[in-house]
Amino acid sequence: MKRVYPNKDVCIGCHICELACITAHSQSKDLILAYTQERGQTGLSSCKHVHEEGPVCVALSCRHCDEPSCVAACISGALQKDPETGRTVYNREKCVGCWSCLMACPYGAISRHPLEQKIVKCDLCYDRQGGPACVAACPNKALKQEER
Amino acid sequence: MLFQPINRNYHDFSIVRDKDLCINCKVCVRQCSYEAHYWDEARQRVMADSSKCVGCHRCEALCPTSAILIQKKHSDFRENALWRPQFLKYIYKQADSGGVLLTGMGSPVNIPIYWDRLLLDASQVTNPSIDPLREPMELKTFLGAKPQKLEFTKGKDGNPKLKTKLAPQLELNYPLMFSAMSFGSINFNLHIAMARAATELGICYNTGEGGLHKSLYKYGKNTIVQVASGRFGVHRDFLNAGAAIEIKIGQGAKPGIGGHLPGEKINAMVSQTRMVPLGSDAISPAPHHDIYSIEDLGQLIFALKEASEYRVPVSVKIAAVHNVAAIASGIARAGADIVAIDGVRGGTGAAPGMIRDNVGIPIELALAAVDQRLRDEGIRNRVSIVAAGGIRCSADLVKAIALGADACYIATSVLIAVGCTLCAKCYTGKCPWGIATNDARLAKRQNPEVAAQKMINLVHAWGHEVEEMLGGMGLNSIESLRGNRDKLRAVGLSETEMEILGVKHAGR
Repeated sequence: MKRVYPNKDVCIGCHICELACITAHSQSKDLILAYTQERGQTGLSSCKHVHEEGPVCVALSCRHCDEPSCVAACISGALQKDPETGRTVYNREKCVGCWSCLMACPYGAISRHPLEQKIVKCDLCYDRQGGPACVAACPNKALKQEER
Repeated sequence: MLFQPINRNYHDFSIVRDKDLCINCKVCVRQCSYEAHYWDEARQRVMADSSKCVGCHRCEALCPTSAILIQKKHSDFRENALWRPQFLKYIYKQADSGGVLLTGMGSPVNIPIYWDRLLLDASQVTNPSIDPLREPMELKTFLGAKPQKLEFTKGKDGNPKLKTKLAPQLELNYPLMFSAMSFGSINFNLHIAMARAATELGICYNTGEGGLHKSLYKYGKNTIVQVASGRFGVHRDFLNAGAAIEIKIGQGAKPGIGGHLPGEKINAMVSQTRMVPLGSDAISPAPHHDIYSIEDLGQLIFALKEASEYRVPVSVKIAAVHNVAAIASGIARAGADIVAIDGVRGGTGAAPGMIRDNVGIPIELALAAVDQRLRDEGIRNRVSIVAAGGIRCSADLVKAIALGADACYIATSVLIAVGCTLCAKCYTGKCPWGIATNDARLAKRQNPEVAAQKMINLVHAWGHEVEEMLGGMGLNSIESLRGNRDKLRAVGLSETEMEILGVKHAGR
């Protein structure tokens, strides 16, 4: 399946991917409203996080693993592997906020929702035209969605 | 103002932030390597210190909400035609620092730009123009010494065979090359991008005086290796790695002085390639200490030819100065295959501003003078002429070829293609566009893959435009335009200027 791959050699740590992620997952689809209002009101947050150490930075999000530890760890069946698309799908309704997936994920790619007992996880912008918002927004082509 | 020199507020740019648009996302804070934007803990918002702004526009380009505008700051000094604000600022700076005013890139000074005063011809009625989309158009260029005449013998199969031994040639698919920008002055990401782009395009890039990193030897067929007065990174393998060797005598941005690479830009990789200590300034001597005459230059040319077993052409690059025609003639007679001339508007990574803005002559006049002199002396065929220094677009390239150049070097245009905004702070090593910097955090801003593609696109675009202009003139080969000054007319130039350029005024 096509996954989003970060390239640490050219990731410039601008965090624009995070802004794109927030916008894509917002109600308004408007960066200014999403960042200044929805973030505070609904706890809207990015599924992707830029990690930095010295000059190295890299943007990490769910890898949609072939054999995902999070799915194995999920006690409520909220995380499932979609056999057709290969995506690791999150069902918000079923999630009970036990954080088992957070502990199981070897990439630290799942985070807690800031306001609710829910998680925040990449959905590969499955319903967005033009693919993942982070890939489209990266100014240095450090994120690529491809088959490897 | 507090705790600062009293002239701190006479800065060049103002950072204007639209409060309705700014979301305090800190993208600008992370992008500005001069720390002009900063996060104010007390106010809990992004603030700016305009006095630190160099006008590179990186923040403006990356701001996701277009909230930033970089504007020229007009400090309304009393109007004075002689003491223009720029001179006041120079003096304030020097009164503070006591140092030479350093700068980067080509001269922004208003020296006449003759390209803008030259117009091209096109065919109408009496001769047909050519459509390059329907008919073949030849841009292929060979640089190197051409024989006075060709001799043939009859081969065993009865067909004629070339008897004349040809001098080594540099084969280019376009009449242009990426000019010398050393590894160190620009970073490795751009060197690899230039190498890949030149290879894909079938042209050459020039290593500049900083040697060639071992991992780039595989692009040798499209590389010109440069030997300058500092001899940085020069050894046997280096001399044999490229398709041509260039002796750098001078550079348009700083004729008469050598290269300057500040120690801040010398990291481990640059140090290894240049063969200089880590973090120490790499200062090239003003002259080559083994060249004090044309005869000495001849010795170096032939030493390099010996070292490379006469396989590759040797080029000599000089800055365009007053006696450029006589000097070029001497270079041709000394045995060079190519003479490259860099005009007063040529770029640099670091040069004293006074030299950059006041020394040298425009490339248009130098080129025309050199081409004419070599023709008059009957030795034009012995060298190819490469013009450099301020070639901004394909029309400049076409005009340069009509004035007598065999090809042009471009460098500033290549950097602009990858983001440069000519802020001229290359010498600080903090280029926010990731070009003139070796800081690992900043250099990453040039993705070699993206940069190479931009360079390729630029040359392709220029190539198409050159073909269109040639076709319009009824020519189907760049060779037919070379030195064809009848295709140029001047507008608003004096008799002397037209005489030097060898062109008629429009209407004649």
